Amino acid sequence: MKKLSARRRHPLAAVVVLLLALAATGGLYAAFAPAGKAQADESSQSLTIKEGKKLYEVGCASCHGTGGQGSSDGPSLVGVGAAAVDFQVGTGRMPAATSQGAQVPRKKPTYTQAQIDQLAAYVASLGAGPSVPTKQQYGPDGADIAKGGELFRTNCAQCHNFTGKGGALTKGKFAPTLEGVAPKHIYEAMQTGPQNMPSFPDTTMSEKNKKDIIAYLNAVNGDKTENPGGLELGGLGPVSEGLFGWIFGLGTLIAVAVWVAARTAKAKKS
Amino acid sequence: MSTAPNEQSRSRGKAPAGERVADWADGRLGIYSLAKANMRKIFPDHWSFMLGEVCMYSFIIIILTGVYLTLFFHPSMNEVEYHGSYVPMQGQLMSEAFNSTLHISFDVRGGLLIRQIHHWGAVVFLAGMFVHMMRVFFTGAFRKPREVNWLFGFLLFVLGMFTGFTGYSLPDDLLSGTGVRIAEGLVLSVPIVGTYISFFLFGGEFPGHDFVARFYSIHILLLPGIMLGLMVAHLILVFYHKHTQFAGPGKTEKNVVGMPLLPVYMAKAGGFFFLVFGVLAVLAAVAQINPIWAMGPYRPDQVSTGAQPDWYMGFSEGFVRVMPGWEINVAGHTLVLGVLIPLIVFGLMLVSIAVYPFIESWITGDKREHHILDRPRNAPTRTALGVAWLTFFAMAMVGGGNDLWATHFHLSVNSVTYFVRIFLFAGPVIAYIVTKRICLGLQRRDREKVLHGRETGIIKRLPHGEFIEVHEPLSQEQLHTLTAHEQYTPAEIGPTVDENGVERKVPASQKLRAKLSNAYYGEHAQIPKPRAEEYKEITSGHGHH
Repeated sequence: MKKLSARRRHPLAAVVVLLLALAATGGLYAAFAPAGKAQADESSQSLTIKEGKKLYEVGCASCHGTGGQGSSDGPSLVGVGAAAVDFQVGTGRMPAATSQGAQVPRKKPTYTQAQIDQLAAYVASLGAGPSVPTKQQYGPDGADIAKGGELFRTNCAQCHNFTGKGGALTKGKFAPTLEGVAPKHIYEAMQTGPQNMPSFPDTTMSEKNKKDIIAYLNAVNGDKTENPGGLELGGLGPVSEGLFGWIFGLGTLIAVAVWVAARTAKAKKS
Repeated sequence: MSTAPNEQSRSRGKAPAGERVADWADGRLGIYSLAKANMRKIFPDHWSFMLGEVCMYSFIIIILTGVYLTLFFHPSMNEVEYHGSYVPMQGQLMSEAFNSTLHISFDVRGGLLIRQIHHWGAVVFLAGMFVHMMRVFFTGAFRKPREVNWLFGFLLFVLGMFTGFTGYSLPDDLLSGTGVRIAEGLVLSVPIVGTYISFFLFGGEFPGHDFVARFYSIHILLLPGIMLGLMVAHLILVFYHKHTQFAGPGKTEKNVVGMPLLPVYMAKAGGFFFLVFGVLAVLAAVAQINPIWAMGPYRPDQVSTGAQPDWYMGFSEGFVRVMPGWEINVAGHTLVLGVLIPLIVFGLMLVSIAVYPFIESWITGDKREHHILDRPRNAPTRTALGVAWLTFFAMAMVGGGNDLWATHFHLSVNSVTYFVRIFLFAGPVIAYIVTKRICLGLQRRDREKVLHGRETGIIKRLPHGEFIEVHEPLSQEQLHTLTAHEQYTPAEIGPTVDENGVERKVPASQKLRAKLSNAYYGEHAQIPKPRAEEYKEITSGHGHH
């Protein structure tokens, strides 16, 4: 240490320190920067974006503008991210019909998943936004279903109903049913807040919470959901139950009453 | 296999066991004279007379299943953590009431089936009472001497509504909690005393820790106890008044034509009880009702869309949903008309049912007993009023489910609400006019049928080329049935001046009564039924057929 200390006033000391500092910073950057893989794929990524741009110009530009800047017919897509594209196009909502009602409904997707990925890549290149979630993010592993139920009832049920059967909003708008919606799309919807839905970015609702909600929905409104009580009657609550009770309950009993009344004791009639 | 002892051995030996038991009971309870008087009671046969039975049996079934549920239900709002077998609720905090309802649904043997029979039974019970009441109303069976029994029935219906509501609130789930919250809002809207009543009901600020236990006592003890008493009184009066019957040959105001209670109706009624039980059990086995596990425990900070009450409370929900959110300020106090007016209309709707028989008897001034039922068409104004009330009720129900109408028919919920706002008022008026026209049309058809016979559809060509349709004269029985009803003449005020030319004072109530009577029985309100002379003239003379 003495040697080092003795030379600390050497004219080149500052240069040496600077070099060391630069080397450390650069080394750290090289070690932690996420660029490695992206650089390797750069050529295929740019190709995807190029393909996506072509698709965009044919299918989307008429409303969203040639550079995604938006027009009077459609919002700007700068910064919406790949997740928004994957949701909107993947659920068939985009491209929307020219004359849409109060809300663009879900329909059969127009594009293949490969094309959607290309479109997503192009739109993502316009500005930073949420990316498409991975299976690990929306998959059921490690999710707390009960917690998801609580979160769903707190944040979602007021529009989507207790178990996600959907509900009405003002002026013909509606919260769609969540039955048969892919977990990935539910995740993206929470992240990006499509149409009338508020968005729940990770800062408001953590990744884990989103996963919990998806797992809950899968448990109570999925393909394998069992209804312990029998027919679900749409899962809409007392309105459909009342209708069923009147028609099949009282209706049957009145039919039975007519039958009983028609079969009278005939022994003494003759 | 008959080994009946001969006369001698019977008089000397012991009587059969059954007879001895009966004798023993008669000596202490006097059952022989009771049975003699009532077991041969005659009841007329018509399917619509069995609607009351549907109600009675479903009430009994509700009591039986309800007792089973009380064995496992804990009416407490203490917070517990769920550790039962329903996975999507694991570890959730909930009240003990909700926890025990989940326990009944998933971990008690037969619990869910019994719960569903109980709830379906309630839905059908109320629906049955509603239809039973409609039968009594539209046939005029509420007239003297049955006004009091109408009131008993009305009370049974209203108490049934509130028993249903308190029962629906017991599991303390998110759906019913929202309903209780709305009820609290209605209570709060009452001027001056609203807040006090609310604090009294909930033991402080909503939701508090008391309401489940309180609703429990009301639901399982107070209201069903009163209802049971009323139902017995209702039945005693049916026995006392004897059953009404439709007009027909041999049926008068002084007799009842039908079958005796024992054995015919005992067999029928006993069988019918099991049929009702069977239908309710099948319903409960097939269809899910009030899946509280899907709704979650109640928390005041949560709510779901599509939160409606059971059907019999649906009209009150409708009033609240379609009412504009008016609010005024009176002397420093806020009056929430948007909630208060629906509450008042709700009360008036019910009161109108109770008072109708008294209004009608005041208008007719008829003090006689009526045991022969009216056909609805022969009382057009009453029928039209009833249909108008039902239309009002139905419109309110549409309003109560406005969101489901919107989503299922791809409408705007705002348009549905505006539609209901208009047709809540226009609908009953239209229904009144249309019903009255239909009734008068049917009366005209009856008149035609009596005077000219039934259209046979056979066309005859006469020698000179004219085509005529052959009309077949009605049988004597049919003629009687179609003309058995009597027609009132409108009440008149009488001359407004007496014989000395002095103006007579006519009370306003009398003027009103005359006006109403004219609306009920005036020229435009009924078709004169054919008289015997008319009939003779047409049939005996130069009839063209």
